[in-house]
Amino acid sequence: MSAVQAYGLHKHYKSGKASVEAVRNVSFEVSRGELFGIIGPDGAGKTSLFRMLTTLLLPDKGTATVDGSDIVKDYKAIRNKVGYMPGKFSLYQDLSVEENLEFFATLFKTSLAENYDLVRDIYVQIEPFKKRRAGKLSGGMKQKLALCCALIHKPVVLFLDEPTTGVDAVSRKEFWDMLSKLKAQGITILVSTPYMDEASLCDRVTLMQEGRFMTTGTPGEIRDSFKKTILAVRSADMFRLLQDLRSFKEIEDVYSFGESHHAVMKDGYSLVNMESFLASKGHTEIYIQTVPPSIEDCFMQLMQYPHE
Amino acid sequence: MNEQSIIHVEQLTKRFGDFTAVDAISFEVQRGEIFGFLGANGAGKTTAMRMLCGLSMPTSGKAFVAGFDVYKQTEGLKRNIGYMSQKFSLYEDLTIKENIRFYAGIYGKSDAFIKDKTARLLHQLHLEDQANKLVGSLPPGWKQKLAFSVAVFHEPRIVFLDEPTGGVDPVTRREFWNLIYEAAATGITVFVTTHYMDEAEYCNRVTIMVDGRIEALDTPSALKQTYNASSMNEVFLQLARKAKRNGDEVKTA
Repeated sequence: MSAVQAYGLHKHYKSGKASVEAVRNVSFEVSRGELFGIIGPDGAGKTSLFRMLTTLLLPDKGTATVDGSDIVKDYKAIRNKVGYMPGKFSLYQDLSVEENLEFFATLFKTSLAENYDLVRDIYVQIEPFKKRRAGKLSGGMKQKLALCCALIHKPVVLFLDEPTTGVDAVSRKEFWDMLSKLKAQGITILVSTPYMDEASLCDRVTLMQEGRFMTTGTPGEIRDSFKKTILAVRSADMFRLLQDLRSFKEIEDVYSFGESHHAVMKDGYSLVNMESFLASKGHTEIYIQTVPPSIEDCFMQLMQYPHE
Repeated sequence: MNEQSIIHVEQLTKRFGDFTAVDAISFEVQRGEIFGFLGANGAGKTTAMRMLCGLSMPTSGKAFVAGFDVYKQTEGLKRNIGYMSQKFSLYEDLTIKENIRFYAGIYGKSDAFIKDKTARLLHQLHLEDQANKLVGSLPPGWKQKLAFSVAVFHEPRIVFLDEPTGGVDPVTRREFWNLIYEAAATGITVFVTTHYMDEAEYCNRVTIMVDGRIEALDTPSALKQTYNASSMNEVFLQLARKAKRNGDEVKTA
């Protein structure tokens, strides 16, 4: 039995005359013990999907099960066996760290001691602040406390909605290290993120945009499905280079990508033509190299050519 | 003070009680520069930025922004800067046109200026058809681009952007940076914070703050060379890992 199975989940919202299709006909499965990433920008539908799977929102259409329980019929069973960390900090700001943990433990008829093994690594980091009110913690510590609270009843499936948004690169790395330790303890994890570079830390990912799963697979499979050649291009004047590359006919798409521009080449392109084109435009210190596609390249390709 | 420098900061310090949030930082930013301001959470970025915007009084040190003293000339300073916060700050229940009119009005722009420039801006953003739509109904990426355009509408000499691209899709994120480049090309100085390390590469120069101090300040390529790193992400990780404080003592003003 899969940890999560969803068939044709659909959710729309009405505001006045306008209707927003938040989640459109989403079907997928997550295996037990898997770390599954939902990668997409704000407004892609990640939170709506999580809220349906955690029984906080009813789908308009479609069905889903979590650990074999139906998200509509068996909502009480699901609430007892999943952990959910919403994107917005939702603990009690005016309770202390200790009191928050005790509160959530009591709700689930358990105690910190009972599942201490599971949360120990995270708990020891917040323990020095256990008397402090949650509202007075830094962002990183709040996040660790929220994760502890979500884990306190040893959930079968853990849902983490954008746990690393607005978090600096160092803390993001620490957070992902924590997730891989949790995964090693057999917990199934669904995590959403707007950071494309975090995809490679998941077993499988889906790229989500405008309510749809554009593609789903291992990070390697998704990168392999990108069939075009990408050239990383640099020159002394990067801004002008981007404008000039846009007018080169053998390029399908070009965009900045960190220190280089990525040029997605049309089939049958010629490197020689490109070099002489750039030289004719007066570029100096030209550097061109083939690079493997990243998840971000794939995401942009799918956004622009969704039906390929 | 250098003729060309639009921000001049010398030993700027901010203490909250016995906690030093910003610890004697010094730097200059040149006119038209895209200046990246990086640091871990709790490193002191927001406190530093608030002082430069005239929103928080320094404890000691000097700072001039667009020639205005951050101690004594905060009103003049505010008129000459633009600011875009990480939290979306346009009015969702006003239309695009009404938001522009409102913010430009606050900066005391004339009706003729507003009318003329609104038309050009809507054309440039391809939003002519949407001008009378509520801002709340726009897709998230469009809101960010509009918020930026509003922040520079009154033609400030410098614009402060606090994590402007958080959560924005990769295509829109790049369109956003195009707007930044265009603004810089007209002579507006851009002071920007971000958690996307690839965006650090798009800045002319980058500072990295650690524990209230400026630990590094240079062009992205020079930083990568100095720290023998292949990307700005590596540079950042090397520096930010040295941080002793985790932000838990930080109080905000």
